[in-house]
Amino acid sequence: MSGLINETAEQYLLAALVVLPLIGAAAALLPAPPGLRGRNPQQAVLRHGVTVTGVVLALAIALAIGFDHDHPSRIQATTDISWIPALDVRIHLGIDGISLPLLVLTALLTFLCALYSYFRPPFAPQDAERTIAGDPERTGTGAGDRETAGGASNGGGSAKAFVALLLVLETGTLATFAVLDLLLFFLAFEMVLIPMYFLIARWGGEGREASAWKFILFTLLGSVVMLLGLLLVGLQSGTFDMVALATDNGSSLSHTTQLLAVLAIGTGLAVKTPMWPLHSWLPDAHTAAPTVGSVLLAGVLLKMGTYGFVRIVLPIAPEGIRTFAPYLAAFAAVGIVYGSLACLALARTGAKGDLKRLIAYSSVGHMGFVLLGIATLTPTGLNGALFANIAHGLITGLLFFLVGAVKERYGSTDLDTLSGATGAALYGRAPRLGALLAFAAVASLGLPGLAGFWGEMLAMFAAFSPAEELSRPAYLTFMVLAGLGTLLTAAYLLVVVRRVCMGERLEPQPGQTGEGEPQAREPAETATAAESGTDPRARPGSASAPALSDVGGHELAAWTPLVALTLLAGLWPAVLIGLTDPAVQQLLAGGK
Amino acid sequence: MTVAVESLVQSVDWLAIAPPTVAAVAGLVVLVADLFVPEHRKPVLGWIAIAGLALAALSLLPLLDGDRSTFCLTSDTGVCSYTADHFTLAIQLLVLAGALVSALLSVHTVTESRLPAGEYWFLLLSSAAGAALLPASRDLATLVVALEVASLPAFALVGLRRGDRLSSEAALKFFLSSVAATAVTLLGVSFVYAATGSLHLTEVASRLNDVPGRFDTLVTAGVAITLVGFAFKTAAVPFHFWVPDTYVGAPLPVAAYLSVIGKAVGFTGIILITVIAFPSYADVWGPVVAVLAALTMTAGNVAALRQRPDRAHSAVRLLAWSSVSQAGYLLVPIAAAGYVDDPTRAIGSTVAYALMYGAVNLGAFGVAALVSRTNPAGRIDDYRGLYASRPLAALAMGFFLLNLAGLPPGIIGLFAKVTVFSVAVDAGLAWLAVVMAVNVVIALYYYLQWTAVLFRGPEGAPAKVRVPAPLTAAIALAALLGIALSGAPQLVLRFASATLL
Repeated sequence: MSGLINETAEQYLLAALVVLPLIGAAAALLPAPPGLRGRNPQQAVLRHGVTVTGVVLALAIALAIGFDHDHPSRIQATTDISWIPALDVRIHLGIDGISLPLLVLTALLTFLCALYSYFRPPFAPQDAERTIAGDPERTGTGAGDRETAGGASNGGGSAKAFVALLLVLETGTLATFAVLDLLLFFLAFEMVLIPMYFLIARWGGEGREASAWKFILFTLLGSVVMLLGLLLVGLQSGTFDMVALATDNGSSLSHTTQLLAVLAIGTGLAVKTPMWPLHSWLPDAHTAAPTVGSVLLAGVLLKMGTYGFVRIVLPIAPEGIRTFAPYLAAFAAVGIVYGSLACLALARTGAKGDLKRLIAYSSVGHMGFVLLGIATLTPTGLNGALFANIAHGLITGLLFFLVGAVKERYGSTDLDTLSGATGAALYGRAPRLGALLAFAAVASLGLPGLAGFWGEMLAMFAAFSPAEELSRPAYLTFMVLAGLGTLLTAAYLLVVVRRVCMGERLEPQPGQTGEGEPQAREPAETATAAESGTDPRARPGSASAPALSDVGGHELAAWTPLVALTLLAGLWPAVLIGLTDPAVQQLLAGGK
Repeated sequence: MTVAVESLVQSVDWLAIAPPTVAAVAGLVVLVADLFVPEHRKPVLGWIAIAGLALAALSLLPLLDGDRSTFCLTSDTGVCSYTADHFTLAIQLLVLAGALVSALLSVHTVTESRLPAGEYWFLLLSSAAGAALLPASRDLATLVVALEVASLPAFALVGLRRGDRLSSEAALKFFLSSVAATAVTLLGVSFVYAATGSLHLTEVASRLNDVPGRFDTLVTAGVAITLVGFAFKTAAVPFHFWVPDTYVGAPLPVAAYLSVIGKAVGFTGIILITVIAFPSYADVWGPVVAVLAALTMTAGNVAALRQRPDRAHSAVRLLAWSSVSQAGYLLVPIAAAGYVDDPTRAIGSTVAYALMYGAVNLGAFGVAALVSRTNPAGRIDDYRGLYASRPLAALAMGFFLLNLAGLPPGIIGLFAKVTVFSVAVDAGLAWLAVVMAVNVVIALYYYLQWTAVLFRGPEGAPAKVRVPAPLTAAIALAALLGIALSGAPQLVLRFASATLL
């Protein structure tokens, strides 16, 4: 089918998609108009967030429907306006088969996060956890605490900031996938940092300020190096336009320039991806971030790095990437093994492993597959990489949601605390939550029939026969390493499932309290509790609390789309590959 | 008979010289009014000064065509001492708007620090008048006079805090090094005059092409040392030692004024001398300015890195050193102008960068003035938790600092730096571009650290102090300018593609 909507309408759709969240963010800071005030300011602004992200998601879906699926390699819905003639920077937007799935994924995940936050605002419960953590020093220094400590009535200001930041984050990520100008790409890439910094630093858990600072320092240094590379490309070739540069396919850049450009741009993107050994910001950031922050960080932000490789590095400096591809593949393979070994170490009994940290390390491994796929420089590998990108976004997004839910119920994500002597017995105590966690875990380990399988399979398959000029023995080694990585991944995820989902159900623990249900708390109550400095109902380690609330309606609403898409992508991979393949073929053929 | 008289008397285009003249007249009005205004009504002088500066800035409007010249030679009407072209107008806008913002910053300082109001405003306006005259000067004598008119009141302004040892020391240091630099410049000017027999820049340029061979050393030396006085005002290495002490010793608005207008005076002078008067000696001054630029940005950055946030006055000191390194970036395109056939693009990018720098640096000083009201020690640590007590001021400060660093959301800061980069690369100064890139990365450290401090949790309960309206207005003006430019960078970047000179 050719586009159901004409080109002009598509163009406006895409522009609206990028601009709308930004307007929404500004609107979130204003007082709610009469009629939209809701029960209280907090609820009103959170509802505003759901509305805006919902509209954005609708626009993204409309864009996907209107997309000309017969020609996914053609850049569609283009807007091209001159912005700074002095530097020849243009507001150039457009999508093709590579960016469309990522746009939809971003819109979807952000919407789900907004929805989840509407029912489960990240303000009050976080406070309660901080009180539990017994860290009054740190608790006393957060800007967020001052607001929430005053009670839920002050939650309005905090909620406003939260929603505004979420929407700015959405604009940044959507713009990253939609822009076709190098400098605009850099701007969009950077735009994401600030909201994510505040999401972590203000609403995060223990150690949030240090983690947020580390996050911003790493990615910022990376992106400054990337900027230098982008400038090098732009100044040497005389244009910052990605389409023109891709069509040019590096013919206007000397070999040295290409090498330098790949090195500089690649470093910046590799920090974001993150590629081993530049990943060390990620586990800290994930551990400290609030649930919503983790979901978006893993689900969307990491994709910006790999997308940059496919969109910028590959077509613009083909000679350079050919030289560096084996190194990239080597780092990717090491990352796969390293990530899974780190996870295995965290999953051991007595290792005090944090579930969020574990999933963060597993992201390092999964993104290793994406990088390996890209580094093969074959259509199969790139398709696999792009597929694994989306799959990781769906599955890891879901995993972080689930871990957030576990944290809400148990007050901790520490595996040892959770599982106690025999296991957390989620199957027995909250069967649906347990089942979902097990589902996400097996999806993540790459069970055939689920989304995690195809991308990694294709990436390894491509490593078996990489592009002609690349050393086959080296890639075979990387493939073997990656295969080893899948085994280890399966091992640690099954250990996690066993320790969290299984176990004795009704075994009383010494010192357990377990009265009431943390989930039933109202924000106001929690805030009062936090104010008095004690929250008797939120002790960790209550592994044998009599009952836990199972998956609630709002949680189901936030998670079902992810589960469904994981199944869909697993059972019908052609949906995605049909979009990416023509674009990838064209990209590798030098934009012809 | 009348014909003969007309040929001897220069006609004066009053409209063209209005911007510096209005500022100077306003200064005189303030000085006279000071005698008749009773003590408790002194603040009115400040408002007269601000109105005068606003009027001077508005008087730029009729000149927008940029084709006026006056004080031309009666024998050759093409050779003029005063030209209001687009370059002049852009710098005059920077100077007058910068002085206006500094004046807004000063209003409460003058009353609260009990500075002598009449003198303060007179000196500020005189200096602004000199600074506004300088970009229009097209002969060496006017240039030096303008330089001195801009500088002399500044010494007094720095030392105006009576009974303050730091202030007098700062003034003395500033005065001595400045006078030495000016003397050297005058020596250079005399060398050039000796060789060419003319003071008019364009005349000098054309006569330098055929100076007798025996004057060659004289001219080369003259060209090099004429730059010294202006390099001093720009605070280029090795003439930068006065900067931190002077900024710390001076009243804060005066430091803000020096950091923007003082620099504008310096690099404008360098541009006029190098590009207009000495184009044929580009092989002499091109490398000199390039090395100066590299040294300046590196020295400024290294010193800024070494500022400890818990030391007294560390905020202003850091701003002082950062202004030194920014001066290095300003010099890069000027150096590049020596390597290309058509220097207009390079000059334009210096002007664009300076306009960006002027807006955000004054803004940063504005927030520094605001914070110093509650924390007179002026440590960077005092900015901790500013976001909690004054969210808007903290956001503005973060924005200014990121602009200086050249990172989004400081989009204009980023693109101004990109323009400077591209000019350096186009001129084949790849090494300078690399030095600049390294420096930009180094500078991130201290700008980001300061920005992060703003958003940390506060240590104690913030003291609520009323903020004077003019101070708020100054910060808001700078912030709005920065945001507007970030949305439409072309507003200033168009200078980089336009013919200014």
